[in-house]
Amino acid sequence: MQYSTFNLIKEGFVGHKNWPAAWTTPALKKSYDAVIIGGGGHGLATAYYLAKNHNLTNVAILEKGWIGGGNTGRNTTIVRSNYFYPESAAFYDFSLKLYEGLSNDLNYNIMLSQRGQMTFAHSQHDLEMIRRICNAMQLNGVDASVLTPDEIALRIPNLDVSRKARHPIWGAVVQERAGVARHDAVAWGYARQASKLGVDIIQNCAVTGFQIDRGRIKAVETKRGIIKTDKVGIAVAGHSSVIAEMAGFRLPVQSYALQAFVSEPLKPALDTVVVSPATGVYVSQSDKGELVFGSALDLYTSYAQRGNVPVLEDTVAGLLALFPSFSRVRMLRQWAGICDIVHDSSPIIGHTPVVGMYINCGWGTGGFKAIPAGGYTFAHAIAHDTPHPLAKPFTLDRFKSGALIDEAGAAGIAH
Amino acid sequence: MSGFRLAKGGAIDRNRPLSFTFNGKFYQGFEGDTLASALIASGVDIVGRSFKYHRPRGFVGAGVEEPNGLVQVGTGARSTPNIKATTIALYEGLTATSVNAWPSVEFDIGALNDVMKRFIPAGFYYKTFMWPDWHLFEPLIRRAAGLGQAPIEADADRYDHAHIHCDILIVGGGPAGIAAALTAAQGGLDVVIADDGPRLGGSLLWDFADQTDDGVAFAKMAVTKLGDTDSITVLTDTSVYGYYDHNFLTARQYRKPPGASANGTANSGNTAERIWKIRAEHVILATGAIERPLVFANNDRPGVMLAAAAQNYAMQYGVAAGRRAVLFANNDHAYKSAIALKSVGVDVALVVDPRQNPDGYWPKRAREMGIVVERGAVICDVHGEKRVRAVTIGKASDNDEAPEVTQTVTCDLVLSSGGWSPRAHLFAQSGGKLRYDEAIHSFRPDISVQKETSVGACNGALRVADCLVEGSAAAIEACAILGKSVTAPIFGYSPETPVTQPQAPYFRAPSPKGRKAWVDFQNDVTASDIELAARENYVSVEHLKRYTTLGMASDQGKISNLNGFSIMAQTRGVSVRDVGTTKFRPPYEPVTFGAIAGRRIGDFYHPIRRLPTDQLQRELNAQFEDYGGWARPYCYIRDGEKKEDAVYREVRAVRSGVGLFEASPLGKIEVTGADAGVFLDRIFVNTASTLKPGKARYGLMADENGVVFDDGVFVRLSDDLFLCSTTSAGADHMFLWMEEWLQCEWTDLDVYIANVTTSWATFAVAGPYARDVLLKVTEGVELGNDAFPHMACRAGTVAGVRTRINRISFSGELAYEVNVPAGYGEHVWRAIMEAGAEFDITPYGLEATMLMRAEKGYLHVGADTDGQTLPQDIGYGGPVKKKKSDFIGRRSMVRPDAKRSDRLQFVGLKPIDGTQALPIGGHIVEETQGTRKSAGYITSSYWSPVLQHGIALGLVKSGRDRMGEHVRIYDDGSFRSAEIVSPVFYDQNGDRLAS
Amino acid sequence: MMKITCPFCGARNENEFHRGGEAHIARPQPSMDTSDDVWGEYLFFRDNPKGIIVERWRHTYGCGQWFNVTRDTVTHEIKAVYDIEAPKPAIDAQ
Repeated sequence: MQYSTFNLIKEGFVGHKNWPAAWTTPALKKSYDAVIIGGGGHGLATAYYLAKNHNLTNVAILEKGWIGGGNTGRNTTIVRSNYFYPESAAFYDFSLKLYEGLSNDLNYNIMLSQRGQMTFAHSQHDLEMIRRICNAMQLNGVDASVLTPDEIALRIPNLDVSRKARHPIWGAVVQERAGVARHDAVAWGYARQASKLGVDIIQNCAVTGFQIDRGRIKAVETKRGIIKTDKVGIAVAGHSSVIAEMAGFRLPVQSYALQAFVSEPLKPALDTVVVSPATGVYVSQSDKGELVFGSALDLYTSYAQRGNVPVLEDTVAGLLALFPSFSRVRMLRQWAGICDIVHDSSPIIGHTPVVGMYINCGWGTGGFKAIPAGGYTFAHAIAHDTPHPLAKPFTLDRFKSGALIDEAGAAGIAH
Repeated sequence: MSGFRLAKGGAIDRNRPLSFTFNGKFYQGFEGDTLASALIASGVDIVGRSFKYHRPRGFVGAGVEEPNGLVQVGTGARSTPNIKATTIALYEGLTATSVNAWPSVEFDIGALNDVMKRFIPAGFYYKTFMWPDWHLFEPLIRRAAGLGQAPIEADADRYDHAHIHCDILIVGGGPAGIAAALTAAQGGLDVVIADDGPRLGGSLLWDFADQTDDGVAFAKMAVTKLGDTDSITVLTDTSVYGYYDHNFLTARQYRKPPGASANGTANSGNTAERIWKIRAEHVILATGAIERPLVFANNDRPGVMLAAAAQNYAMQYGVAAGRRAVLFANNDHAYKSAIALKSVGVDVALVVDPRQNPDGYWPKRAREMGIVVERGAVICDVHGEKRVRAVTIGKASDNDEAPEVTQTVTCDLVLSSGGWSPRAHLFAQSGGKLRYDEAIHSFRPDISVQKETSVGACNGALRVADCLVEGSAAAIEACAILGKSVTAPIFGYSPETPVTQPQAPYFRAPSPKGRKAWVDFQNDVTASDIELAARENYVSVEHLKRYTTLGMASDQGKISNLNGFSIMAQTRGVSVRDVGTTKFRPPYEPVTFGAIAGRRIGDFYHPIRRLPTDQLQRELNAQFEDYGGWARPYCYIRDGEKKEDAVYREVRAVRSGVGLFEASPLGKIEVTGADAGVFLDRIFVNTASTLKPGKARYGLMADENGVVFDDGVFVRLSDDLFLCSTTSAGADHMFLWMEEWLQCEWTDLDVYIANVTTSWATFAVAGPYARDVLLKVTEGVELGNDAFPHMACRAGTVAGVRTRINRISFSGELAYEVNVPAGYGEHVWRAIMEAGAEFDITPYGLEATMLMRAEKGYLHVGADTDGQTLPQDIGYGGPVKKKKSDFIGRRSMVRPDAKRSDRLQFVGLKPIDGTQALPIGGHIVEETQGTRKSAGYITSSYWSPVLQHGIALGLVKSGRDRMGEHVRIYDDGSFRSAEIVSPVFYDQNGDRLAS
Repeated sequence: MMKITCPFCGARNENEFHRGGEAHIARPQPSMDTSDDVWGEYLFFRDNPKGIIVERWRHTYGCGQWFNVTRDTVTHEIKAVYDIEAPKPAIDAQ
C-alpha cells in the first residue's frame, strides 16, 4: 500500500489494520545471483539499486542482527557534501542529490532536513583554511559560503561568539544543502522498496565463511546454511576486516568506536548543524528536540559498541565551550558504533582479491551521508564487474600506488 | 477529588514548612518532601502533558521511573529543564513549571493531537509529509516537539569531579545494600555505599503495611553504624549512572537540588553537583526493582498511579494520593500497598486481580481487613479526563476481546501493579548477560562479566528477608576474594517472610473499541502502536523501539519497556525471551552536562600556554592570538594604529633597523648520545650526521607515508649533542614521534632525547642592526660575520645569563636566535630592549614574522603544505635522491603516485592585475571546455610593505615547470590574475642573511 | 575507563596512555628494495582482529615508556603487558 496522507486517514478509520509488512521475511533460498552481506544502509541501498538499475532481483541481503542496526542506526544523521577534492565532492554531492529525492523515490519519509551545516573557523589560520575549502566546494559545484561571526550569531543565538571564548568563532563555511535525515527511515525505506522488487532480506543470519575455488567466490556459509552464488558484495563497515579475514585477505582498515550522545528533548534551541574543529564537536538538534552530538573517535581500536568516560567528558566539555548555556541540559544516552578507519578518510568501493567478491567499506565516521551513492555505485560494481566512474578513485589499489585522497589532510578537518 | 496531606506520618518535618511555586501558583510543603509529594499533598492533579498527544498527566511514580512529572525548575542562570518532580527535594523558594504545555498545563492547545490520534499512530510521519516536501511541515513539528526550555544564560553553578578507589562499591542503600555494607564493615576494607536518596534505607523507608514494621528503625541503626565505621564511605543523593570497563563506575551526587541558589539547602558546599569516579575491586549491585504498571484503556489518566508509588507517598511523605482507591494488580505485593493505604485512612474500594484465586499472605490479610477483592477481573476503562472519576470492571479472559462491563466503581485513585522488574541497568551496562525469568516475568541478571554481584530485588529477590541474606552473602564472598574473612552480622531486624503466590503472566487488559491503552506514557506509545509495529514487521526489539519510540523518552522506558516487549511477544505468539530487550546504555539517570564537564570549562578548557615574558608582552600592548595552543602576540599596537599598520611598521623596522621577536614556543628537542647523528639521519629528510659541531642546518621531517609534517633548523652543539627545533605547534608531537622510533624500532641506538621547549626562552634579534644590539649585551661570543657566520651556533652569556645563540633567520635579515633559561626570559628581554633603544629596536609579532618569511619563500608547514605534500613537491627532490641512507618515509616518495608529473608543487604567485594581495584560499583554476577545475591554491598571501605589492605562496599543479605562466585565481565568484614565480620574493641571493 | 598496568609505574587509568598501533610489525628493510605491494602492506594493512590484539601503548602522562599489551577488542580485557622488545606471545584464539 502506498504511503500517503490519504491512506493514513483511510486507515485511521479502521485501526490501521491493513498496513502490510514494510519488508517481508522470506525463506532463505539455496542460491542467489548475488548476495549482499550486511543489512545496513549501504547493503540495503545496494540491493535496491541492483534491482532497480540493473534488473538483478534474485538477491539476498544477509544481516547478522537486525537491519539498520549497525552504524546506520547509531550515527548522528548528518548529510553533507562539503568536500575538498573533486573526486570526493563528485561522489558525496551525488549522494546528497539522491538524498534530496529519496523520500519520493522510496515513498518513505526519510525526513531530510536541510538546515545547513557550518564548519567553524576558530583562528586566522582556520579562516584561511575554510576559504580554501569554500572555494574548492564552489569549484566542485557544491554550494558553499563563508559566514562572518555576526552572521553566525544571528543564526545560532546561544553560541558563544565572543572573542573571549577559548576557541573564538572567526567565521564559518556553510553548506546550506547539508543537514540531517532520519537514519532508521533510510534503512527501512530502502528495505521496503528492495523487498518489493524481490530482494530477500534475511535477518539474524550471520555469515560464517566462504567457499572460494581458485580465487573465485562460489558460496557463502551462514549460520542458516550454505548459499551458492558467484557474486558477493560486502557492506559491513566496522566489521569489514572480520569478513575479509573469512575470505582470506586483509584490508587497510582499523576498527574504532565512535561515540554519540543525546540530551533530553528541548524546545528548539539550535537550528543548524554545527562542526567545530578546535573542540572536535559536532552537534545538531533533532526534530524531537534532543541535542545530538559527538566528537572524535575513541583512542584505541575496538569492536565494543559502547561508550566510555574520557571521550564523553572531552565531548561535553567541548560542547559547553561553544554553548555555555547548555550546561544545565542533561545527557540522556550515550552509545557507540564501530567505524572502518582508513588512512586517508576516504572509502573503498570495488574489487577485492577474490574474483566475484566486492567490498564497500572504509567510510570512517561519515558513512551515513554516503548511503545512496555508496549503494548506487556499489550496485554498479557488482552488476558490471567494473567500478562506477564516481567510485573509480576509491579502490583498494590506491594503498599500493600512494594515490590517496586525503580529505582530512587537505582540509585540516577530520571527515 | 485529589491527593491530600495526611494528618500524621511520614518522614517529613512538619515544623519546617517550605513554600514554592508551581506554574506560577504558591504552594506549601515540608522539609523532607519531594516536589512531587508536595504537589500531590497540595491537590495538584495535572503536572504535565504527554509528548505527542499532549494528554493531561499526573504522577505515576515516586522516583526516577516517573514519566510524566517533568518540570522546569529554577530561573535565569539556574533554570533547569526536564527535572522529574519525583526526584527533587523540596526547598524554600523552589519555582517549577510544567514542560510541553501551552498556554497552560490545564488547557493545552496541543491536546488537539489527542483528538487526531487515530490518524497519527506510531511512525505516521514516515508515511506522510512527503509531498510537496518535508521542509514544509518540519518547522511546525519541531515547534511542537521538545520538552523543557534550554537555558539562555550561562550556568551560575559550579560542578566538580572526585575519584575514589575502593575495595567494594555497593550501589543502593536499600535492605540488600545495607546488609552488604554492615557485613563488609567488619572486614576493614574500603567500602563505598551509594544511594540516590537523601538517606539510606531504600524500600525500608516506605515498603511496609503499617507502622508496626521496624524497617525504618533498622535503616536508622544502619546509618549510624555505617557512619561510625571509618572504612565505610556513605554517599547519599548519589545516583550511580554508569558502569564502564574494568569496574569503573560514575555517580552523580546532588550537593543541592537542581535550580536551588548557592545557599539553597544544606550540604551545598561550593558545587551544585559532583561526579564521583569510582574504581572498585568488587561491585555489589543492590539497585532494587521497579514496579510495572498494567496496560489498560486510559491507564494514563491523572490519578492512575503505581501501587508502590502511592504507598511510598503515604508512608514516607504522609501524603494520600487520593481518597478512594481501586487497585488493579496481578501480584501479591501490591496488596501490601493497598493495606498500607487503608492503614492511613484511604478508602480502598476494590482490588481487581486477574488471577482466579489470589490466596497468598498479603491477599489474605487484605481480605481480613475488609478489602473487597474482585478475582478473575480486570479494569476495562478509566473515566475522567483530568482526574480519575471511576473505573469499569469486567471479567478477565484469554482472548483479545474487551470484556463486558460488570460494574462501575467510583474512585479518584487507581493503583496499578504488574509486578516488579529488577533494576538490572547497571548490570547490563557492565556487560552482564540477562535472562528472562518466567517466575517474575522479567529480565534478571544471569552471567556477570566484570567483578560484580547483583543482590536483592535487582536480582529478583522481592522479600526483605531474602534481600538481607543475599546482601550479606555477597559481602562475605567479596571480602573473601579480597582476602578478608567476615561472617553475617546479627542485624536485630527480622522482617516478615510472607508466603507469596506467583504473579499472573498478565500485563494487559483488552481495550474497548476506540480506547487506547498506554505503554510508554511520556512518548505516547500505546498497545495498538506495538501491534502496528508487529504488523509492519518492525518485530526486532530494536525496530520496535525505534519505530514506535517505545522507551526512548527521558525515563528511558523504565516502566514501559517490558510491557511493550510483552505485547510484542503476545502479538507474535512467542516468549518475551525471544523478543529480548533493548540495550541498557549509560546514564541510568540523565546527567547534567555541566557536571560531566566538571571544571573543564572556561579558561580550564584546553588551558592556553603563556610565554615566559607574557607579562612584558602585555605591557607592550601585544595583541594576543592562539597559535597552536600558545597565546602569542599577533602584533603590538601603538596609539591610533590599526592592526595592519602595526604589522607593516614592524616589518619595516626589521627590514631597515632591528626588531625583537618572542619565539619561546619554538620547539626544542635535545638529541644526545653516540648515535645521535645516525638517529637524526633516519628522522630527517636531510642528512644530519655530516654536520660539523657549531653549525646549523635546515631539517625537514616526513612521516612514513612520505608526507611532510614538520620542519626546523637543527644545530650540532657537540659531536654527540644536537638541538633540533620544530614548529611551535609540533614540538610535543615531534618529541613523542622521535621517542616512539627510538623505543620501539631502533632500540639498538645509543640516543637519548629531551623536550626542552619550555626550558628555554627564545628571542630572535633580527635586522641590519641586530649585531650592534647584541654586541652591547653579550660576552664570550664573537659576533663578527667570519667568526660567527650564518647557520652557525655559539655559546656565551647575554646580560650575564648563559646563552646559546644560533645565527639563523626566519625573516631573511641578519638575525640571531638567543636562547636563555626560561626563568631569565624577562631579564634578557628587558636587557635587549634596553640595548636596542638607541637603534629604535621594535618588538614584532607573529604576523610580521609570517609576512617576512613569506617574502623569503620560507615554507610554513601545515599552511603551505597539506596532507599529501611530499618533499619533492616543495623542492627537496634533489636532496632526497642524493641522500645516502634510508630515512622515514623515503620509500613512499618513489611510489607511482609520487612520480606523477602533475603533482601540486610549491611556488610563488605574484598579482598581475594590480598590487593588492591575492586572496588566501583562492584556487588556481583551469578552464577546459567550459568546466572549471582547481589546479591548486594559494596557501599564504600578504601585501608586502617593502615590495609594495602582493606576494603569495601556493601549491600549484606542476607549478615548478610553469614559472612565468599567467594563471587565473578564483575566490568566491571573483577572479584575479597572477604570474607563477619563484617563492623567494625578497633578497633572492640571500645577501642580507650573510651580511 | 580501562585500567592499564604500566610495567614501570603500575595500574593507571587509560587516559594516561596512548595506543600506538599493532605491535610486531616489521619495517621492511632495506625499504628502498621493497616492492610497492610490500610497502603498502606495511604502511596500511592490519589484522584488525575482533578478539585478541597485540598492540603497543605509551604511558604518556607518566613515565613516557612504550610497552606491549594484549587486549581483547570486544571486552577490552587486558590479558598481558610485556616488554616492547619481547617476542610476540602465542595468542590463544579463544
